[in-house]
Amino acid sequence: MARKPARAPNDDIGEDVRLRMYRMLVEIREAEQRAFDLFLQNLVKGTSHLSLGQEAVAVGFACAMQPGDLSFCTYRGHAHTLARGVPVEKVLGELMQRDNGLMRGKGGSMHLTSEEHGVMGSYAIIGAHLPIACGAAWRAQYKGHSDVSVCFFGDGTTNIGAFHEALNFAAVWKLPVVFVCENNLYMEYTPIGEVTAVEHPAAGRASAYGLEAIVIDGQDADEVYRAAMKAYEKARAGGGPSLIECMTYRYSGHSRADPAKYRPEGELDKWLKRDPVKIYRERLKQFGIEEKVIEKIGADVMRVLDDATEKCKAAPMPPLELLTTDVYADGGWAWRN
Amino acid sequence: MPIQVLMPALSPTMEKGNLAKWVKNEGDTVKAGDVIAEIETDKATMEVEAVDEGVLGKILVPAGTNDVAVNTPIAVILAEGEKAGDISAAAAPSKKPVVPAEQSREPGPASAKSPAVPDRGEAASGTTVQIPAAPRAEIASDPDIPEGTEMVTMTMREALRDAMAEEMRRDQDVFVMGEEVAEYQGAYKVTQGLLQEFGAKRVIDTPITEHGFTGLGVGAGFAGLKPVVEFMTWNFSMQAIDQIVNSAAKTLYMSGGQVKCQIVFRGPNGAAARVAAQHSQDYSAWYSHIPGLKVIAPYTAADAKGLLKAAIRDPNPVIFLENEILYGRSTPVPKLDDFVLPIGKARIARAGKDVTFVSWSIGMNYALGAAEELAKDGIEAEIIDLRTLRPMDMETVIESVKKTNRCVTIEEGWPQSGVGAEIAAKIMEQAFDWLDAPVTRITGKDLPMPYAANLEKLALPSVPEVVEAAKSVLYR
Repeated sequence: MARKPARAPNDDIGEDVRLRMYRMLVEIREAEQRAFDLFLQNLVKGTSHLSLGQEAVAVGFACAMQPGDLSFCTYRGHAHTLARGVPVEKVLGELMQRDNGLMRGKGGSMHLTSEEHGVMGSYAIIGAHLPIACGAAWRAQYKGHSDVSVCFFGDGTTNIGAFHEALNFAAVWKLPVVFVCENNLYMEYTPIGEVTAVEHPAAGRASAYGLEAIVIDGQDADEVYRAAMKAYEKARAGGGPSLIECMTYRYSGHSRADPAKYRPEGELDKWLKRDPVKIYRERLKQFGIEEKVIEKIGADVMRVLDDATEKCKAAPMPPLELLTTDVYADGGWAWRN
Repeated sequence: MPIQVLMPALSPTMEKGNLAKWVKNEGDTVKAGDVIAEIETDKATMEVEAVDEGVLGKILVPAGTNDVAVNTPIAVILAEGEKAGDISAAAAPSKKPVVPAEQSREPGPASAKSPAVPDRGEAASGTTVQIPAAPRAEIASDPDIPEGTEMVTMTMREALRDAMAEEMRRDQDVFVMGEEVAEYQGAYKVTQGLLQEFGAKRVIDTPITEHGFTGLGVGAGFAGLKPVVEFMTWNFSMQAIDQIVNSAAKTLYMSGGQVKCQIVFRGPNGAAARVAAQHSQDYSAWYSHIPGLKVIAPYTAADAKGLLKAAIRDPNPVIFLENEILYGRSTPVPKLDDFVLPIGKARIARAGKDVTFVSWSIGMNYALGAAEELAKDGIEAEIIDLRTLRPMDMETVIESVKKTNRCVTIEEGWPQSGVGAEIAAKIMEQAFDWLDAPVTRITGKDLPMPYAANLEKLALPSVPEVVEAAKSVLYR
């Protein structure tokens, strides 16, 4: 391993984590792109909301988590689910409504859930999961556990009541919860600035709950990782919640049916120059990681993704018996008579 | 080998679209990611990007063509060294096969053109698919109360408190949360003494934030605790109904069985007295509509105690509808160490042979009052107290109707799409041939609750209305 000399000796992140973060950035980028391709081929039929351009937020926060920490995602949740280590085959299978999907076709793109990976659900009602994340954090506090609940949401969520109700709770009870606002500048199709009273939709509200206003560069996975570590340490030490606003950008439209024509000329190009995958690839090189190591990560990711895609295409749809299971925890659909 | 460009699906429902414009012309070089054409769907105009590199060899569908089916070849891209002459009927299909080979495994009719995944339209037009039979619920009867058991007369308020206290002693994961439940001992004093016994960690005052504390309870439930969430009244639960329906009731299903939510939502439901329209609503029909929830609405103190204990132990979200007017009503409760009643089992409150009354919660007051009046005329009403609205014990109802051949339902809620409407429909489905008269509903009137006492009384059901309905179905 002769590639180490160029690395800053006191670097807090280290090579293992960096390589893990790069692999995850590439995996999410390629998986989202694949989801889009499969959509064009009519193999993903439901709506989906892609995180292309926003990958570093999911990756930085997930890679800083420990096993047992809990993630709460939105309907734009493929990235956050994959970032916790959920196999890409399970995610694509769910999008393609196959029996090999994460929830065997019962939830789809907007409800990705993997309890064993700490992904406690993806919520398609704006704001609903912020109080829910507080509840999970409350359980940690109640039981004396050290896990942290991390709740991802978009800029548009900051204007709904649940955001404020959850922040108040979290602050009053000093809950071990980290609220991560991905400010991608648009609330669906509307620039967030046009409908929000403050410049920073999340950080601008932090002081109302006695919290520090934190705005970070969401395109740089290292900066995200460091902000996450700091917030998790504070939460685990009983210091209460954090609210972190990550500046980022959504390359595609809000959902599959949105061509994103409302964006000003040149805005996308400006953000593409700060592409999180590109930035991180350069970062690896700065730390002396050889090109062939970087190439191999990309090739490995593609091999797994291609293999997963073929498996999903070959997988059957869920069996019809699944229709009536899991309505109740104690017996399917037993209540109709 | 030349590669076909297929008409893409640009929205989940898109079957066909209009090829508005070619951005590249035949002979142009294209790179992956280049916009080559614009397509109009019913929603928007979308750009089509090339996924392969090469030269746009031939445009197969000219600009301006409408209703081009998804997956139709629209152009051919030539790789380096290939010529337009290479294009033939044998042009390679797109490198990503559109239809998986395993089509025969898919349910519904498969044809060469059908997409891999049948959509709703195909499913509807295909062969009838039998919905798998639901497993039948086996619900136990009430436990036998040993002879000689002491019966203690207590209010429903006390019975509810005792149920919570017993379950909190039994299971450290149970906690109570709501507005004014701790220091103030409950707006209706149902949580009296709990703070003193269990401390502030397990008896928690929340801010006025129904959506917030309901969501917090649901999250705690997802994470393994067993919250009992009090609504000061169910009227305020409309602020939180999204968390109850979308989060608590649906997550087990959406997550493919991974995440369950053991939680009880409780508080006074329906009309009290002189609190007018916004504080007098009955949510029986609202919550019993929702798959994934269980809904309980007791009338006696014993049922309140036994069913609240069962609800706290139940692994599902349970809606527990109490009633302010019944809180102070005293009835006997068996003095047993662990008195738990089965959820989903009705109770025959009065045996009779002439007409069946079906009611629950405070509706039972009208049913019992009417039965007393009718008895003076020699009419014996059988009264079924449903106790649980979902799952609904229709077996007990049907058995009674087959005996009496007549049924009157009694509730304080509104008539349209009410619980009585559901019961009437089920009786028609399951006991039509036994009916000697149409099932009749006595309900609250179809209007917001007025304030003035005389109007309020008129808006609610009454004993004379029930008596009249019974006589009507008996043709007397």
